Amino acid sequence: MNVTATLIGQLIVFSVLIWFVKAVLWEPIINTLEDRKKRIADGLAASEKGMKEQELAEQRATDLIKQAKVEVAEIVSQAKARDTQMVQEAKDKAVEEADRVKAGAQAEIDQEVNRAKDSLRSKVSELAVAGASKILGKEVDANTHKSALKDLIEQI
Amino acid sequence: MSESNAPAIASPVEYIQHHLQNMTLNGERPNNLVDFSVFFIDTFVVSLVLASIFAFASWRVSKNIDADKPTGMQNVLETVVEFVNQQVQDIFPGADKWIGPLAITIFVWVLFMNAMDFLPVDLLPSLVGGVASIFGYDPHHVYFKAVPTTNLDTTFALALLVFGLIIFYNIKNKGLIGYIKVFLFHPFGKWLMPVNIVMTTIEEVAKPVSLGLRLFGNMFAGELLFLLIALLAFSVWAMPAQIALGTLWGIFHMLVVPLQAFIFMLLTIVYLGLASQGVDEH
Repeated sequence: MNVTATLIGQLIVFSVLIWFVKAVLWEPIINTLEDRKKRIADGLAASEKGMKEQELAEQRATDLIKQAKVEVAEIVSQAKARDTQMVQEAKDKAVEEADRVKAGAQAEIDQEVNRAKDSLRSKVSELAVAGASKILGKEVDANTHKSALKDLIEQI
Repeated sequence: MSESNAPAIASPVEYIQHHLQNMTLNGERPNNLVDFSVFFIDTFVVSLVLASIFAFASWRVSKNIDADKPTGMQNVLETVVEFVNQQVQDIFPGADKWIGPLAITIFVWVLFMNAMDFLPVDLLPSLVGGVASIFGYDPHHVYFKAVPTTNLDTTFALALLVFGLIIFYNIKNKGLIGYIKVFLFHPFGKWLMPVNIVMTTIEEVAKPVSLGLRLFGNMFAGELLFLLIALLAFSVWAMPAQIALGTLWGIFHMLVVPLQAFIFMLLTIVYLGLASQGVDEH
């Protein structure tokens, strides 16, 4: 139970130990703890932000899907309308074409008939002249009876 | 009980006195209460070894410090640092950067030195005596006192450094004039100046003295009680009593050891917190 020179030794050990602990233990660990605290806080904030963003993104996705559905329905109805229209147009066109073809054929037929009639007329007049000459026994000049023949032809 | 102590048990007074002797340089004994010609090797070496263990552990941890994956010793030291830092922040917000390291050094080092009390009272003395007898010394004249805090040198080394820091922080924060004014006008105002000087001086000096004596007294008494319990080994029939009492006192001491380390640390923080207040806040 005495105070001796050991006191000085202990003072030196103590002082050096404080200095060493400050440099090697206290400051690195306090810094690490601060760093960790900050990082945890940052991480939590980031995750919160991420959650919010995800929520927003989901909201937007839902909106987009809704909008897309509306657009699709519109497109489908438009397509249907166009389809009916096209069928109608095709029908009309076909009918028109058929009419045109029919009209052409009819015209041709009429033309043929007329031509046949014409040729018939000339033949009939020839026959009439030939018949008359036979009956009368002399040659009948077609030019003299031109008007009578013309009436005849008109009657055919 | 080892054989080397068997004769000592035969005379209890000698046994206890033997255990309370320090190993000294030159084998001298201190003559006065304060005798700076004597140096206690055992106290110094044990405390130096314990300080080295703490320093080495700190160094190893800080070398591989990892904020993301704390492992093993880093967890332990982080817990201690956080605990001490919490105390410092609670008592003394805005503490100087040296307060924390000072506090943790006191806490851990004192804890380690106090914990030497848990070693069986004869273990280290017998070991040192045995080693000394190999080199031709008489083991009965080799002394070894294992617990550094049962020595006034250790506790007062701690207390004096704290005292020095109290004065330093007082002057730093109050100014020399401000610090002197505390002595002159505190606690009774300027009309009782002589009384104030005496009162404040006693108050200031009582801080390191109480710090040093409290730790010394607690640890010395604990060690002495362990020695007394060890004396019960005088007969085989007393063994159960020795075991029971040793266990009980050991359990109680497990409370005392960290508590004294904690109290020393806490009072240091409180004193330095008071010292760091400005003049007006005093």
